[in-house]
Amino acid sequence: MAATLSPPRLLPSGDSAITVEFSRNIDATANRRVLALDRTLARETIAGVTETVPTYRSLLVHYDPVQIDFDTLSQKLGILAQLPVPPVTNTRRWRIPVVYGGEHGIDLGDVARTLKTTPDDIVARHVAGDYRVAMIGFTPGWSYLSGLPDSLQMPRLLNPRLLTPAGTISIGGMQAGVQCLAGPSGWHLLGRTAVRTYQLHREPIFLLEPGDAVTFSAVDAKTFAEQDRAAEAGEIVAELMAS
Amino acid sequence: MSKLVISSIGPASSVQDGGRHGVQRYGLTPGGAMDALALAAANSLAGNALFAAAIEIGPFGAAFTAREGAVRVALTGALRNADISGRAVAVGTSMTLADGETLTLGFARGGSFSYLAIEGAIAGEPIFGSLAVNARAGLGSPYPRPLQAGDELPAVAASGAAERRIDLPTLADAPIRVLMGPQDDEFGDATKLFLDSEWKISATSDRMGYRLEGPAIKHLHGHNIITDGTVNGSIQVPGNGQPIVLMTDRGTSGGYPKIATVITADFGRFAQIPAGKGFRFTAVGMAEAQAEARKFWQKLRTLPDRVKPIENFDLNIEALQDANVAGAAVSAIDAGTWQIPSAADALTPD
Repeated sequence: MAATLSPPRLLPSGDSAITVEFSRNIDATANRRVLALDRTLARETIAGVTETVPTYRSLLVHYDPVQIDFDTLSQKLGILAQLPVPPVTNTRRWRIPVVYGGEHGIDLGDVARTLKTTPDDIVARHVAGDYRVAMIGFTPGWSYLSGLPDSLQMPRLLNPRLLTPAGTISIGGMQAGVQCLAGPSGWHLLGRTAVRTYQLHREPIFLLEPGDAVTFSAVDAKTFAEQDRAAEAGEIVAELMAS
Repeated sequence: MSKLVISSIGPASSVQDGGRHGVQRYGLTPGGAMDALALAAANSLAGNALFAAAIEIGPFGAAFTAREGAVRVALTGALRNADISGRAVAVGTSMTLADGETLTLGFARGGSFSYLAIEGAIAGEPIFGSLAVNARAGLGSPYPRPLQAGDELPAVAASGAAERRIDLPTLADAPIRVLMGPQDDEFGDATKLFLDSEWKISATSDRMGYRLEGPAIKHLHGHNIITDGTVNGSIQVPGNGQPIVLMTDRGTSGGYPKIATVITADFGRFAQIPAGKGFRFTAVGMAEAQAEARKFWQKLRTLPDRVKPIENFDLNIEALQDANVAGAAVSAIDAGTWQIPSAADALTPD
């Protein structure tokens, strides 16, 4: 058994943050190492580290240069990042209800045509996927998922849309997404969920954590409408499954 | 209880403080004042905690009226003409508005943002420890949006304390210092063009990002990288080669290569550069950037020690305003500047 893993690249992001880069690509192994280092830093705090931001391939470590300098922190992070990745225990698993197609997922038909199958088959493939929250970014609660089945991978739109609805469930390239707020997107819109991954005045404000497992279930428009009302009133709507 | 009523105000004006921290991992940007030093200076003058919430005022004019009692405030940041009922007051001082009196501010000259701290600070309901307005995320208190005419901010009754001033010399026209990276290896020789060129901030800039106008910076391997984290001052280069400097309302992640990062000590000074004014970048090493960051935080923390009584300060107002005339000539602001960003300006997830 190898004592250590390959060293990450330690890139300065200004004078108060270090990008710990495990890969230049989307890569499940790299993301596991990102999330493992994130957990390690949550457990073994380093004085001066103020905040960590996981992404697909790197962990951004914000720090206070008054408390720790770049060289000292780089050295510590380099060592921690090469420790063997411990197996993940106690993963939370969420089931997120989605209303697919029609006005809720305007690209479902086009995706089916492009992939030479039926909309129902696209839904079946999407529901069959076993996903992980690889990172949350861009806007509050925008959750990027790894684990999209190969049979659903297709390039993003050439012309991104300037406005897509809150709760959009979409796919883009090799990624799947759960979008919380309305906003621009160049991904293919398959449906919508009533689940708010970000909602003020609810506990917790942010529902998903990087590393959480996610599956989707199909619901009809009536159920979506009911869940949307419940979610607006502060219900979580997503099911937390036994892991 | 007194209150400060917003009689008039331009776009890009909102309640800001030190920002919210610890939630970038959920996609929520820190936000907070564009010029942290100026915010802290205003709070020092008003006797508040350094990062208490204050009014960040964009480049246009504004007017504030005290109601139901006197209100004591302090003004810092971009130079402007300022008067209380015709009586000139200076940027960098505290002042008391008697009940019914109005503080009128002109356009920013030679800067972009001013800070108006209210004695006792702005009260509201913090989310993740902050009242800072983030319009996109629907956050901020007392109003989760930029300020508008007619808004009211509750204030404690003015203490009647002697007015004070603070002097903050700035390196107004020195180049903006950057640390190269994290993806400067995506640019090859274009890094030299980036450092050797004069840049201007585009009028379509906002609290999320300042778009730069200058020569096109070409990528070696295309403009898409796999998204990674951003910081205040990240300089990302999209496909058209025109860099965007990410500001305090930035997205927490982005998929364009980042050629360099504005150093902490120069971020507020960069934020104050008016649209259309030429400036340059210069690269520094990590040791210098971190030494400057430590000096910057030390300076910020000791601002209350720099606060002085205002006696004899009236004499300086005229000189100060004369000095501003030249600045006004080179920082004319057109109506297109500092509009609320349209969806077309927004980046997409990648």
